[in-house]
Amino acid sequence: MATTAGLFTVGEIEEFLIYEAALLDEWRLEEWLALMTPEVHRDTLFLIADDRRTLASRVRQLLSGITWAENPRSRTRRLITNVRLLAAEGGEVRATANFAVWRFQHEHADVYVGRYVHVLVRGPSGLLFRERRAVLDLETLRPHGKLSFIL
Amino acid sequence: MDRVDMHDLIVDDRVRGIFRVNRRVFTDPEILEEERREVFDRSWLYAGHESEIGDPGDYVTRRVGGRPLILVRDDAGAPHAFLNTCPHRGNTVCRERAGSTRLLRCFYHAWAFDLTGRLAGVPDDDAYTPAFDRDALGLKPVPRLESYRGMMFVSYDPEIESLVGYLGNARDYLDLMLDFGGDEVEIVPGSQAYSMKANWKLLVENSMDGYHALPTHQRYFSQYLADIGMDASNWAGPNRIQGIGLALGSGHAVIENRARALPITGTAKEELDQIRARLVERVGAEHAHRIADYSRNLFIFPNLILISSWHTIRTFYPLAPDYMEIDAWANLPRGESRELRQRRFENFISFLGPAGFGTPDDVYALEGCQRGFAAWREVSWSDISRGMGRARPSSQDELQMRAFWRRWHALMQGLRGPTDCSDCPEQREAAE
Repeated sequence: MATTAGLFTVGEIEEFLIYEAALLDEWRLEEWLALMTPEVHRDTLFLIADDRRTLASRVRQLLSGITWAENPRSRTRRLITNVRLLAAEGGEVRATANFAVWRFQHEHADVYVGRYVHVLVRGPSGLLFRERRAVLDLETLRPHGKLSFIL
Repeated sequence: MDRVDMHDLIVDDRVRGIFRVNRRVFTDPEILEEERREVFDRSWLYAGHESEIGDPGDYVTRRVGGRPLILVRDDAGAPHAFLNTCPHRGNTVCRERAGSTRLLRCFYHAWAFDLTGRLAGVPDDDAYTPAFDRDALGLKPVPRLESYRGMMFVSYDPEIESLVGYLGNARDYLDLMLDFGGDEVEIVPGSQAYSMKANWKLLVENSMDGYHALPTHQRYFSQYLADIGMDASNWAGPNRIQGIGLALGSGHAVIENRARALPITGTAKEELDQIRARLVERVGAEHAHRIADYSRNLFIFPNLILISSWHTIRTFYPLAPDYMEIDAWANLPRGESRELRQRRFENFISFLGPAGFGTPDDVYALEGCQRGFAAWREVSWSDISRGMGRARPSSQDELQMRAFWRRWHALMQGLRGPTDCSDCPEQREAAE
């Protein structure tokens, strides 16, 4: 398996995704939002299709205290594995990784399993998302019921 | 366990204006069993839309009223609804969620059925006796299947009245819901399949509850709409126009508000204006106004909701007193541009569904109610009396919920025939 593509290595992408996961698990959402390029597009089919503006709104809402579904906040823990570089072109890289996100709230545990497909570019001080996509393997959101945090 | 007296579950005092529901109705397995028999199995239940099975051989599978169903279109173009279990030994015949086929084949012993359900193939059938009746061993259709403008309803009660008769006064409102685009609607591919750890009747209430909108969905109004540059004041602020709530008879109900501008701009907005102009040409200015200038949440008893703001169809069914499955679709006019579809789609998911800026807070609220109902013996009653007895209750009142509860209560007591779902005669006149 290729461990490099263009100017990118699996190691640095993996390190970046693990850092990103920590930001989300620790609800450092403004720092997380700063990892997006201005034209970022995030998409989960028929659940979420945020652009930069709605993503910024989502973060603002989650931090506001009136997003009742996340007040009090869930605990989450992200396991990210199987990082692969798919293609590099023109200074950007398409990478994929598997995820399992555990979420705990009111003594229920739910696990969200799927795959990320991201397009990353190098910014002035590190990697940034140009496209961020989380594709769930779940057939339905049962018994989860809701996806009120960022996957 | 103390036995349930169905009569005592609701206090409905029209003279004093008291309406209370005993919280046991949300927690008791015996009540759920009775609901399955007396409510769901005696009603018309929304099963799917004919546009989901557009061509001969197209099928979808889903659970409706607790039974596994196959909805399939035969070669002559007629839709069928079969119970998805092999008449031979029981295996699920169709295992995909959707597809297209010439034969419905059970893999277990390879029995095969044609698109009208007829048994078409039995391997090594010479081993059966002369009493083996092939004609009786086709796929079993649901007792009743009828469509209204493409919406397929099933009933497990062979004696139930016609679908149109069942819809009654709600039919006009259903038409208003389906006419908004000036063209027949279709189900857009994809669905939202989620759940709540809550009693199904809480979602009936919540789906037509104007009163909860501002507190529960504060973040949608005060943050999301502002963040995308919309003026939220005519949705939620002092400029908000009071809507109305109506009991439509037989448990059906609607809340109706003046429609607010959709967060839809650019060429899609121009297309919306053209659709509106065509609507005026086709049905006249007055009826076009009725169709297009109001938003409605329409409830068809017992478990179907249509919401015009997002053009959604939603249905749900309890698996346990504290757990329901929910399925929702978008229904949009055929022949719209991709651009307008995309904008409507974004509008839909901005509020609705398990990751929208609205639905998760409803899920959380209803699950919170359900946790609270564990104290039903000590805190026994929920109050549903807002606006009781008013001649013209507003959409912030709770007549629409009382309408549901009155029908539910009548069926649970084994009462047959029509139910008076209004608080007073003026309300009945308003619904006709």
